[in-house]
Parts: sequence; C-alpha cells; structure tokens
Amino acid sequence: MKVNSGYFRFFAIGLASVWLALFVFFPNLLVVITSLLTRDPSATVSLPFNLNSYWRTLDVLYLDVLWNSIKMAALATISCLLIGFPFAMAIVSLPKRWQTIALFFMIVPFWTNSLVRTYAIQFILGNQGIINKSLLALGLIDTPLQLLYTPFAVILGLCYILIPFMVLPLYSALEKLDPRLHFAARDLGASAFHRFIKITLPLTSPGIVAGCLMVLLPAMGMFYISDLLGGAKNLLLGNVIKTQFLNTRDWPFGSAFSVMLMMLLGVMLWLYYRASRFTNKQGGIHDSNF
Amino acid sequence: MTSPRPLLSLQGLSKTFGSSRVLNQFDMTIYDGEFFTLLGPSGCGKTTILNMIAGLETSDTGSILLDGQDITGIPAEQRPVNTVFQSYALFPHMTVFDNVAFGLRMAKVAKAEIPARVREALEMVKLNHLADRKPAQLSGGQQQRVAIARAVVNRPKLLLLDESLSALDYKLRQQMQIELKRLQRQLGITFIYVTHDQEEALSMSDRVVVMNNGRVQQLGSPREIYENPANLFVARFIGEINQLRGEVVSVESDHTYEVKVEGLQWQLQANHNFTPGTKVHVLLRPEDLRITYIDEDHKDQFLTGTVVERSYKGSTLDSLIRLESGIELTTSEFFNEDDPSFDYRPNQKVAVNWVPGWEVVLPVLQEDDQ
Amino acid sequence: MIRIFKWGYLSLILALIYLPIAVLIVNSFNAAKYGNKWGGFSLQWYQKLFNNDALIEAALNSLTVSIVAASVATVIGTLAAVALHRYDFKGKGLLSSMVFVAMLTPEIVMAIALLIVFITLGISLGFVSLVIAHITFCLPFVIIAVYSRIKDFDMRMLSAAKDLGANELRTFWEVILPLILPAVLSGWLLSFTLSLDDVIVSAFVTGPSYEILPLKVYSMVKVGVSPEVNAISTLLLGISLVLVVVSQLLIKKDH
Ligand SMILES: Nc1ncnc2c1ncn2[C@@H]1O[C@H](COP(=O)(O)OP(=O)(O)OP(=O)(O)O)[C@@H](O)[C@H]1O
Ligand SMILES: [Mg+2]
Repeated sequence: MKVNSGYFRFFAIGLASVWLALFVFFPNLLVVITSLLTRDPSATVSLPFNLNSYWRTLDVLYLDVLWNSIKMAALATISCLLIGFPFAMAIVSLPKRWQTIALFFMIVPFWTNSLVRTYAIQFILGNQGIINKSLLALGLIDTPLQLLYTPFAVILGLCYILIPFMVLPLYSALEKLDPRLHFAARDLGASAFHRFIKITLPLTSPGIVAGCLMVLLPAMGMFYISDLLGGAKNLLLGNVIKTQFLNTRDWPFGSAFSVMLMMLLGVMLWLYYRASRFTNKQGGIHDSNF
Repeated sequence: MTSPRPLLSLQGLSKTFGSSRVLNQFDMTIYDGEFFTLLGPSGCGKTTILNMIAGLETSDTGSILLDGQDITGIPAEQRPVNTVFQSYALFPHMTVFDNVAFGLRMAKVAKAEIPARVREALEMVKLNHLADRKPAQLSGGQQQRVAIARAVVNRPKLLLLDESLSALDYKLRQQMQIELKRLQRQLGITFIYVTHDQEEALSMSDRVVVMNNGRVQQLGSPREIYENPANLFVARFIGEINQLRGEVVSVESDHTYEVKVEGLQWQLQANHNFTPGTKVHVLLRPEDLRITYIDEDHKDQFLTGTVVERSYKGSTLDSLIRLESGIELTTSEFFNEDDPSFDYRPNQKVAVNWVPGWEVVLPVLQEDDQ
Repeated sequence: MIRIFKWGYLSLILALIYLPIAVLIVNSFNAAKYGNKWGGFSLQWYQKLFNNDALIEAALNSLTVSIVAASVATVIGTLAAVALHRYDFKGKGLLSSMVFVAMLTPEIVMAIALLIVFITLGISLGFVSLVIAHITFCLPFVIIAVYSRIKDFDMRMLSAAKDLGANELRTFWEVILPLILPAVLSGWLLSFTLSLDDVIVSAFVTGPSYEILPLKVYSMVKVGVSPEVNAISTLLLGISLVLVVVSQLLIKKDH
C-alpha cells in the first residue's frame, strides 16, 4: 500500500535508520579499519594499514584458544538445544495463559545480573559447594570432586546464561506450528517419533538455526564465565579480546579477532541461506523468532 | 427533476501493478445524488478504482475531479469521501460508539456535539442499543451496519461501498439492500457501490457500469444493460442468456433484418447496422423463450428440439431443450398449476420460439471466439 | 504419564535456573561470612549494605540505565517496526538487514565496536555511553517483537483510519499503538531484562565515573565478593519484580 509521506513517517524511519547507521554499521566499519591499523602506544592506533594483526592471530597460542573456545561454545550450544527443545515443547503444550507465565518465570532470574549468578554458580560448584557437600554427606565420594575450573564448569555456565536465547526462538517457532498438521499426520498413522522427525523438526528448523546462532557465537565471547568458572586454562576468545582491549591496549589485534568472529557469523548465515534455499523452506531468520 | 449535476469525474485513470495493467484510461462521470454501481468479475479493478477515489491508492496517469475541483493530489484523510470497506475494517479495540465517533474526532468536531451525532448515525442503522459492544461481539450484519454508520457520520459528499453485502447471507443481504436504498434517499449522499453480484446491481442502482479487465464494457440504467447488452461479455455477465449463431440474409428496413438462424428465416430487430452476409449472435433470455407443442402446419416458424431436463425453481419452471443441431437452450417459464402447457416430459419433442423483438442481435467479433 | 513427565521436566529446568538465585538469597540472610554452611538467620549483610553507599549507588545506576535504555529502545524500536511494515522506502532492505546483524552480533564484538565509536566520536565513557550501548543491543529485540505483531494486522483497518480523516501520527496513536501494546510491553520487558543482565558490553563502554553493579562485583571477584552483594542482588531482584508487576497491572487496568 502506498501512503503519502509526512513527518511521522520521516521521523519513524529516520530515527531507527540513524541509530543503526551510527551505532551498528559505523562501529562495525571502524572495527574493520582498526584491525588493519598499527598499534601505537601514544594514540592507541595509527597508520599505516597492514595485515599484521591478522598474521599474529595465527600464532599457535591463539589458535589453541580459538579451537578451545569453539569446542566449548559448540558443546554449550548442543547442550542448550538438547535441554531447550523439550523445554520449549513443554511450554508450547501448556494452555496459553500458562505459556506466558512459564516464559515470565524463565525471564525473572535474568534480572539478577549474569555475573552475580555466575558467581553463585562458582559457589555451588566449589570444593565446599553444595554439590560436593551433598555427595560427601551421602557417602558417594570420599574427596571433593574438582568441578570448578574445568571445561565442564565453563560449558555449564555458558548453558545457564545463554539458554533463554535458545528457548525463545524455539518457542516462537513451535508456537507457529499448526496443530492440525499433527492431527493429520496422526490420522495417516505416523508415530510420535515420525511426527517429530517429519513435521516438528523441519518446520521449526529456522527457529533451531536462530537459536544456535544466538548461542554459539556469543558463547565464545563470555569472558567472565571463563574467568569465574574456568580458571586460567579454559580461556574463551572473549578473554583474549578483552585483554587486548582493556589491558594490553593492542586494539588492532583485538579487532582482528573480532572481525574473525563476524566472518564466522557471515559464513554461518551464508550456509544457512544456502541450505534453506536448497530445501525451499520459506521464512528463515527474517520471518521467525521472538 | 433538473438535469443532473456531475459530482465526480474520473479522467483517464491508469494503473499498473508490476507488469499487469489493472486500469487502462478509465473515464467515468458520476452525478450528484445517484446510486452508481461498478459491476464486474473478481479482479477487474473495482476496488482499485474505489481506492483511487478515496485517496488510498495513487493512479499512474489521469485525474480525479470532485465538485469540479482536482483532488488527485489530496491525501485520503482530507477528502470528503468515506468508504465502507470490503471486510468492514472496524477497529477491534474500540466500542461501536468509539468506532463511529472516530471520524468526528478526527474532524475536530466539538466534544459536546459528538455523542448526539453518533447516536443519530447509529439510529439510522438501528444499532443504538449496541453502542457499548466491541466489534467482535457483533454479528456480521451488525458489523456491516457499524461500518456504514462510521462512514456516513461525517456526511461525506460521496460514500464508497466495496462489496459491502457480499459476506452476508441471502436473507440479510436482501434486507440490507432495502435499507441501503432507504439510507441513500434519507441522506441524499451519492453512493458508489461495488459488487460482482448482477442481481444486486440491477435492483439497487440508478446507473450501472459493467467492467472487465479494467475497461468499461457498458454504462447505463439497469434496464438498458439487461435488455440491450452492448456486447457479448455484458450479455453473458448479466443474467443467463442463450446464444445462437445467425447470418443476415437481407435488410428489411432500418434495424430490421431477415436473419437465418438454425436453418430458418426470422425477422429480427437490431441496434446495429448490418449488411447481408454478416454473421451475428442472436441472444435470448430464458424467460423470453416459449415452449409449445409441435404444430406440423407452422413448422417453419419454430425451432424444434427435445426436452432434456425440467427443473422446478419455485416461481419458475426451467427446461433444458436440445435443438436438432445439438445446441442447448435454457428456458424459464412462470409456474402456473392450471396451465396444461406445462405438461412436457423429458424426451418429448417440442417447439420453441420467442416474442419478436425481444432478441438481442450482436455482430460476431474476432475476440468472441474463445 | 506424558503429562507428569512434561510438568516434571518443566519444573526441573526452572528449578535449576532458579538454584543460583536461591543460593544467593539464602546466603544474603546467612550469618556465616563464607556461605558454605548455615550460620543462622541474620540481617547483618543488609545492615552493612546500607552503610555501603558505593554499592547501593552502583545498583541504582544499574536500575537507572536499564529503565532508561529499555524505554528509549522501546520507543525507537516500535516506530521502526511500524515504519518497516507500513512504508516502502529506499534502504528498507538495508535497514532490516542491519536489525538482524545487530541482533546476531556477539556481544563482545558489539562491545569493542561501540567502544571504538565512542572514542572516535569523543563521547566520554559513563552514563551516556552506557545507555547508548544498551539501547543498541536492545533495539533489534523490540523491533522484532513489535514487527511480528503488526504483520498480522488487517491493513484495511489502517486505510479505514486514514479514510476517516486520521493522519499518520493519529493513526499510529489511536489505532496501531493500542493494538500492538502487548508486544510493545513485552519488548520493553525483554530490553529491561537484557540490559540488567548485561556484563560484556557494559565492561567495555563504562568509565570510572559511572559504576554499575556487575562491574563493581567483577572488580571484587579476585579479592573475594562480600556477602553484601547477595543482599543488594536480592533487593534489586525484589525491586524489579515489584516494578514490573505493578506496571503491568497498571497498564492492564488501563485497558
Ligand atoms: N497492491 C497490489 N499489488 C499488486 N497487484 C494488485 C494490488 N492490488 C490489486 N492488484 C491486482 O489488481 C487487480 C484488480 O484488483 P482489485 O482489488 O481492484 O479487484 P476487484 O475488482 O476489487 O476484485 P474483487 O471483486 O475480487 O474484490 C487484481 O488482479 C489484483 O490482483
Ligand atoms: Mg475488491
């Protein structure tokens, strides 16, 4: 529909456009530029343009961190999906009123800052923490288990902090599923397992992809989780970037890592669009979720 | 009655959506106070025209004059034109009262004056008792009335109604047709009514324009359109019609021709000028055809055929007759229990003819052969 | 059988999500300093907290940033969603892809990008930079929440408003907004939550002049976090809960 222009229209479009241009597009551009500059102790960055920062990321030390954080983030994503999918399905099966309440209850803990909650997890997992104490009291173990400062603790923390970003897209994808599809499939004799594989899974795949994207890459940046739960050995990419920016003040190097993360995002989006075009599913991220 | 004053004039409107041309140089003049109907098949551009008049759609070319003033560039909210939308489009979050008051509030009518005017509008559609309901709590017919009240409350110069009755059941639709006519007389507002229901168009309108593919096929009074369709499209679109092929044999006098149809010669009336040898369509409404027993003495004055089917339609009795040439004719006769002429059985041989002069004769055009 | 399983699973996951919070709240009333064992009920951490102006200020700052950022993001995001749905304009595709980029950008990337931009533009790090940053990462969520509601709209209803004499602003105010209000509210709630929960972006874009709770806590982690943090977190959670529940009730009553 065509609508005559006016101040309202101008204002509505302008505000968001300016904001996103100034605080999303422009900053990302600056990150790319920074990554190509040279570190300068007096002015943080200076000319000339070069690719040195990128070459330096290929150091074994950093590749190790990169590989480790991809591994931990991937495991966290898979765990989130495996825990979150049945959870979202259970919510969708509730009456409408209860769905809202359940989602609200899932959100409330997030009003306590995630750092504070991570700190509480540290507390739970510690040698003197609830888990170890309970196990000791039950006589299941003799010496406390080393739970804290392990990859497991980091993955658990990531899962805990990021699970709503998995559940929300899954929920809205599942919510849009037409229940009649299931009735029809049932009518045709499909078993519960088949209905899940043939209907639920393919039709919610945009939600699954969105959820995974919203967990996997952010997970790699969660420096405070590895700080509190992982110790010095289980670093994430976020720790490296943070150190480069806030401690070492090597902005080009930190930016180079950041650009790599964005390129990873780009590759994943591209793969997703290729795949969704191939399977000819409409929608995708643009259509689904939240 | 003085000569009608033009109220709205559409001049050379064209519209293209993507690659499809929806309107092509569309011209139309609508007179003050008339009930004007746009009639045409689905997708022929009726809604598009209404939207242009309302200002909700821009035209690619052409202009729109209201009361002699060019309103082509004036936005919808400033045009003294209101619309009753195809799907009512009531505001679901407002009560009936607030829905009707909306236009008044937008027009900055004094607050104190609003309740009375809303009541008055609701009174006209007999809905005063439901003023506090939400649209979702109303029946289809009631929602329809709210939409009408909402559109007339501002006293527009022109009221546009887009298939306003098509969602209602038959009975309610008939009742609303009568009410709409009454309302139009009462308000003295010019109505432009859109429908694809030819019966509705014929019974309500002062004038009807029949459209197809964004072009005018015929413009005239309901009677003209029914009795003298300008072309095959109009003839077929308005009511049922039987179609025979003929050839002009000779010109008898102005508009009277000797025409050969189904192997027999007939003297027919036509509005067109034909020369001998011209191929023509001879169109006959079912109710203009008459069935009789075969009279061997006057065989050359009747078409002969076999009764295929008889069906009782309440007030009429319809028959399907297959002529010897294989062409099938539908006839429709008023039902009269005492009349023995209704005693035809299927498979019986009968004679068919029609009142001279009630036929429509049109030239055969290239595009007719589809 | 399936029912029991379903409810059991829901409760289990929710319980696990709440476990750390429960530990936190319990320990805020625990007399023992190292909350490994229960040392009896005590309000001493709350008392200590009320003498700890810096911590209280940090908490209030957190709340302020979240409320301001969520509100501004909701306004901009709602208008943007309406514009994206209602109007055709040049760069519409670009705008909507930017929304998705913003939503999918990992926080750490957005954090350094914003830091670089603030330094480049000469915006000093503090309240303003924090609010801008928080608005930026909340914005896409509001836009998507509101957009997914508007897209189910009957467009003819908006035409009707125009036909009856409403200009764009009044159409928005009187017809669109009342109908999308639930989505606007949930957009606000989501923004408020994201903002209050954020650590990463805040860590980069705030300065010493404006401390917020997570960063204050972060600075304590190495030396040991004082149980006062449990107390303030408990209080903050309570305040947020009251704030949100009351405002939702008020808005519900209004309509
Ligand atoms: N916004 C649009 N974009 C593309 N095509 C359109 C648009 N609006 C209408 N059309 C096309 O224009 C043609 C005319 O549409 P219009 O709505 O005017 O038909 P109509 O006569 O009102 O039909 P109906 O009786 O079904 O309401 C149709 O073929 C339709 O598909
Ligand atoms: Mg139409």
